[in-house]
Amino acid sequence: MKRKRSRRTGSKALVNTVLTIICLIWLIPTLGLFVSSFRPASEILGSGWWTVAPHRENVTKDQIQLPKDTDLRQPVQVEGQTYTDEQLRSGVKAPDGSTLVWENRRARLLNVQEPGWVANTNFTLDNYEGVLTGKTYKLKQADGSERTEKGSNMSRAFLNTIVVSIPATVIPILIASFAAYAFAWLKFPLRKTLFVVVIMLLVVPLQVALIPVSNDFASLGLNGNFLGIWIAHAGFGLPLATYFMYSYISQLPKDLFESAYMDGATNFTIFTRLILPLAVPSIASISIFQFLWVWNDYLVSLIFLGGQEEVQVLSMRIANMVGSRGDAWHLLTAAAFVSMLMPLAVFFGLQRYFVRGLLGGSVKG
Amino acid sequence: MPTDTAVKRSVPKIALWSVLVPLLNVIVHSAIFIFLRDSELNPVVYAILAILWGVAGVYTIYWSLNWVIEQYSDTWKRRIQPFLFIGPAIGLLGWLLLIPTIRTLIMSFQDETSSKFVGFANYAAVFTNRLLVTALRNNLLWVVFGATACILLGLLIAVLADRSSFEKLAKAIIFMPMAISFVAAGVIWKFIYYYQPGDEQIGLLNAIVVWFGGEPQAWTSSYQPWNNLFLILILIWMQTGFAMVILSAALKGVPEDILEAARMDGAGEFRIFFRIIIPYISTTLLSVTTTVIVFTLKIFDVVMVMTGGQYDTEVVATQFYRQFFMYQNFGYGSTLAIVLLIAVIPVIVFNLRQIRKQGEI
Repeated sequence: MKRKRSRRTGSKALVNTVLTIICLIWLIPTLGLFVSSFRPASEILGSGWWTVAPHRENVTKDQIQLPKDTDLRQPVQVEGQTYTDEQLRSGVKAPDGSTLVWENRRARLLNVQEPGWVANTNFTLDNYEGVLTGKTYKLKQADGSERTEKGSNMSRAFLNTIVVSIPATVIPILIASFAAYAFAWLKFPLRKTLFVVVIMLLVVPLQVALIPVSNDFASLGLNGNFLGIWIAHAGFGLPLATYFMYSYISQLPKDLFESAYMDGATNFTIFTRLILPLAVPSIASISIFQFLWVWNDYLVSLIFLGGQEEVQVLSMRIANMVGSRGDAWHLLTAAAFVSMLMPLAVFFGLQRYFVRGLLGGSVKG
Repeated sequence: MPTDTAVKRSVPKIALWSVLVPLLNVIVHSAIFIFLRDSELNPVVYAILAILWGVAGVYTIYWSLNWVIEQYSDTWKRRIQPFLFIGPAIGLLGWLLLIPTIRTLIMSFQDETSSKFVGFANYAAVFTNRLLVTALRNNLLWVVFGATACILLGLLIAVLADRSSFEKLAKAIIFMPMAISFVAAGVIWKFIYYYQPGDEQIGLLNAIVVWFGGEPQAWTSSYQPWNNLFLILILIWMQTGFAMVILSAALKGVPEDILEAARMDGAGEFRIFFRIIIPYISTTLLSVTTTVIVFTLKIFDVVMVMTGGQYDTEVVATQFYRQFFMYQNFGYGSTLAIVLLIAVIPVIVFNLRQIRKQGEI
């Protein structure tokens, strides 16, 4: 829908500039994560991710080997000048404009640095390997030594998230579609009351249900396995899915049903053969919303899946990693990006349905 | 019309089916349920089985029960069939949402193990206990700063995008954070706020501060309670896109001839914006605001990932989790949940009114 709008072109440049700045601010956080996830562990902690772009920095041009027995408690003689150990540790300007700084203090090795253009373009896939597999791997540290680390086995968590998400999407939407059809086209007592209940439950905060449901699940043996979390997600997703499907199904023309009735179709065949195929775009929208909601969920899995590693989903694993290894940025950035893969793929691949589902689904409790 | 078909069906046969089919459903699905619950299959096999059961199983329940109902006379069919269609939905909603809400309400008047009634003692505690009051105060901060900023920024960007030469791209960029989880967003922003002692700052915010000659800070823990604002920033980053997309659609609905007429009368762009556009989109503005507020009230993941509720950043939902899961205090836990529920009641009323207006019920 394009419309012609009369506008002064002078302000357009200003609008474009301001919007560009806002968009950049919005993009930079994700960009930083993305870039960092490909940088070697030692470099992430040593320099900001933005240093992958060309910038001016002191570059080592030469090295000076001082005598091994130099006494560092005394001022140190370097090429005719004297410096203290303190100065050499933080870097000191030599008369020719270069900077002198220790490369290896114990070996008495000095770096001679001059400003120049550099870019830290060391990229690696090791972080992803470390995050995805459960194998142990070697990690180079900033001081050159090596350390072994066990992989975080995120691929298992990724699989678990899929196992949780697909049934937790399909089941509530099938149930909701049946209910929506009945609410829209069948007559039965309490129809209005029950529909009002569905609307009321739309924004009810989940917290209100968690304690009793978790107690019920505990007595049924449903806590800590996939079955429980499917049921939980199905129940919590139902009000929205029902309302969303209702608003589509109730708008269908009445003749459609009447002619199908005339042909002797039952409600069940009308629903499965006629309504469901017609409602595919709506089903796609609400499915994407529910799928991503489940995929991104943290609270429900935290409460119903608990702490065992075999069933943990991505969000829980990452949250645990943040808690236990808060500065292992090479792992955290890669793990976070792994968890974002699916949402981003859905976002860029199915944007139209995605936006529709999200707008309809924004009221969810 | 129903007579001659109905006569052919024998009543005992129908009665038998009516008992047998539901019973068979119960047995088969309970068996699968117990098998899946207790089996230790390879996760991939498990996933495929589960998905098959989830989809086919639910469908078969509807199909088989419907087949029984189709055997009834037309009058009974018409009476019973709707309940087959809505039954599972109502059952799940009742079990997982409606009845728990009532149970939580009752528990909020009971002590921590739900064994005896204590009147309003839990509510008194929620409004006096320092930790819980901090949670309430922080939630207020979240709503006041977070929701307001989302709406205002969303409106601003919607207006700008509408007048820019790259509307689609800009909207996609602003909207993108909505797709990712709060946990991932938490990691992204934790990295931005990251603080390490010394000159070399790898967190973007501290690097900027150092570049301007300032002192690096541990943003999420110092300057309480203003450290909350740094967490709220994450919400703004994620939710502005939502407000923007909806408001942008509303802006496009403002009729061009009204705007044109106002311009002819010499009204400036600002005047047009505040006197014509804002009133025109006020309903949308209101519903976006309520949605963002509801969302903000329930904020949980961000706080858990960023600070775990330390440094006075606790909110109602995290305090709920702590009381319920860690301290096993069901009384405080359910009272906090009810406080959240009370906070969204105006929105429930608003939703019902909207739907009544649209004539859907």
